[in-house]
Amino acid sequence: MGKVVVVTSGKGGVGKTTSTAALGAAVAKTGKKVALVDFDVGLRNLDLIMGAERRVVFDLVNVIQGSAKLSQALIRDKRVETLFLLPASQTRDKDALTEEGVGEVIERLRSVFDYVFCDSPAGIERGAQLAMRFADEAVIVTNPEVSSVRDSDRIIGLLDARTLKAEQGEQIIKHVLVTRYDAARAARGEMLNIDDVLEILSTPLLGIIPESQDVLRASNLGSPVTLSEPLNSAARAYIDAAKRLEGEDLPVVVPFERKGFLDRLLGRRAA
Amino acid sequence: MNLLELFKRRGSAPVARERLQVLLAYERRSRSQPDLVSILREEIMAVIAKHVQIDQDYLQVSMDRGQTMSTLEIDIQIPNKSAAPLAMSA
Repeated sequence: MGKVVVVTSGKGGVGKTTSTAALGAAVAKTGKKVALVDFDVGLRNLDLIMGAERRVVFDLVNVIQGSAKLSQALIRDKRVETLFLLPASQTRDKDALTEEGVGEVIERLRSVFDYVFCDSPAGIERGAQLAMRFADEAVIVTNPEVSSVRDSDRIIGLLDARTLKAEQGEQIIKHVLVTRYDAARAARGEMLNIDDVLEILSTPLLGIIPESQDVLRASNLGSPVTLSEPLNSAARAYIDAAKRLEGEDLPVVVPFERKGFLDRLLGRRAA
Repeated sequence: MNLLELFKRRGSAPVARERLQVLLAYERRSRSQPDLVSILREEIMAVIAKHVQIDQDYLQVSMDRGQTMSTLEIDIQIPNKSAAPLAMSA
């Protein structure tokens, strides 16, 4: 039986979809069978980040409503053959997802894949609650910024109350993934540092993804950063985070952007 | 800009941490039980409304939630009974 991991945050724009793609691709590259499920009905974007936007024929809602088979809706990645995407639909119908339907799809995916990553929509409404409903583990994506940390705290509360695991009296395993981290600014006291975030959220750390221009570049190209630029600092941080997700005991190091003399001189960012 | 201002500008992260700690302590409490200050506000208002009609324009409510202490201020202007006939005749 595979593991179901929800990637969530409450706040929008912190990097849920980017992190789902990067973590999923990193796990799939080790040979594990991975499915990425986009729960952002009406505003799907995981297909775009994965570079599969022109290959979408059927989606999650079609599968739930029975107008397509699960195998027809799954899109196989062209770079990693154990990586699959189940896109969200672009319908504006908010009630297109039903709890029973989502539960059935997740159970079928769980029986075939080693990992099922659920990319949650922003907010705390129905879509976000359905994305986390059947999860075994949660990755809470947080920026070192007050509104993001507050919303993460809210989401942690929901994970402990509204998931099936929680209702059955079990614990859902939670990890915080800090993204867009600028170690230099944190060191100068301009940005919340990792200890601040962890102390406030009192949830274990999965990884620290440094602010990097290559993340946007990867989105532009439609490739997870862990596939397109695996040696980049953000990609390496994602690869390490993926290993921790798989249970490897890897110490977290605060990533520092190394700047060479020439980069400093030209005011250019190395990464 | 003098040196002191420069130091002040740099210290915004500790302020962020403190504000979050106070806010989240309150929000976590109110998740499990309704917020006492809000209950008091509503019940006090209900008692007053039972006896006099409250005009929203003459009502001011302010709350300040702190880590160890919270304050609730309700300022209501209650019209005197003797003023009522005057108002009606006007």
